[in-house]
Amino acid sequence: MRLLLGSLFALAIAAAVGLGTTWLALTQGMAYGGVSIGAWTAWPKSGTPGIDPYARAVVARSGELPVGSGDGVAFYARNDDEGRPLDGRCDVVLSGITPQARYWTMTLYDSEGHLVANSVQRHGLTSQEIIRRADGSFEIMIGSRARPGNWLPTGGIERYVLVLRLYDTPVGVATRSGRDAPMPTITKRACS
Amino acid sequence: MLGGIVHFATVLLLPSMATQDAYSRLAPMTPVNAVTAIAPPSPEKAVMPFMDPAFAWSVCRYDLSEGPLKFSVPVSQAYTSVSFYTRTEVPYYAINDRAAGRRMIELDLMTTEQRNELPENEEITAADRLIVESPTTTGLIVIKSLAPEPGLLQAARSALASARCSSVT
Repeated sequence: MRLLLGSLFALAIAAAVGLGTTWLALTQGMAYGGVSIGAWTAWPKSGTPGIDPYARAVVARSGELPVGSGDGVAFYARNDDEGRPLDGRCDVVLSGITPQARYWTMTLYDSEGHLVANSVQRHGLTSQEIIRRADGSFEIMIGSRARPGNWLPTGGIERYVLVLRLYDTPVGVATRSGRDAPMPTITKRACS
Repeated sequence: MLGGIVHFATVLLLPSMATQDAYSRLAPMTPVNAVTAIAPPSPEKAVMPFMDPAFAWSVCRYDLSEGPLKFSVPVSQAYTSVSFYTRTEVPYYAINDRAAGRRMIELDLMTTEQRNELPENEEITAADRLIVESPTTTGLIVIKSLAPEPGLLQAARSALASARCSSVT
């Protein structure tokens, strides 16, 4: 009898640990197998048949579709370069250049991947429509108040995610560092 | 240790048990083996999370059980991509208009068994046509056309209106 109870107890603990760690892994977005450059992380293998089981489970649970490697690569940023979470009530500046790509888009989402309502219903910018300096570099102001130049509104949301998607790009599974893929800096300015 | 086994088991089982994965979300709004335009994402409503709003999206939800599929889409002004996913959203192939190199992206989609059954002389002429092999009988072809500026989204949608996906049989 004691042996049976002990075994059931051990099984219950195992189930709890197993399911608990699965839930944690899927909801905290483990950066397993990703390539991180500055504040940006990509999982290029997720665009290939070699997508790992964790990424597959995340995809199955969320309903998103990973970008195929023959299409492009997606880089995600949830924090600025200092590691602080991106806050839509503050002004954040993206500055610099992107890796080579035929086109790229920069889109702002909430933590679950929904677009954020704002006064101008603008949700992203593309490489074609942004204003650049003579050397090709650019600045994008991200905040709740309209700015001249490149402005991406946040609608005042507390936490957001930036997704930079490079389309038709040499960046992929072989990319290791900022030398292969220079990414823009993310700097927090004033908060209102 | 047992906890580890449960953990891995649930991670591996999740894709086959998912009810809110992309395929399940698209199934009610897409007939099989035909191209359907997908509503653009908005803050209130989106078919899938993390959709890129700078693109017009169309989907061909495919079923190869009756035979191979023919797919085509004209190349657009800016950027067009065609991405292939298994029933559990594994991205097994993707091509964009530059890699296609012509005015149309045209291909045949079939299972490995169907490809092996192609008559011998067909394999020779197949050298100049693109054959994509699907690991699963059902899955998704996702066609995206870029609007480089928001005002060009309607043109991007029109570019996808000529996409075709149909069973060969």
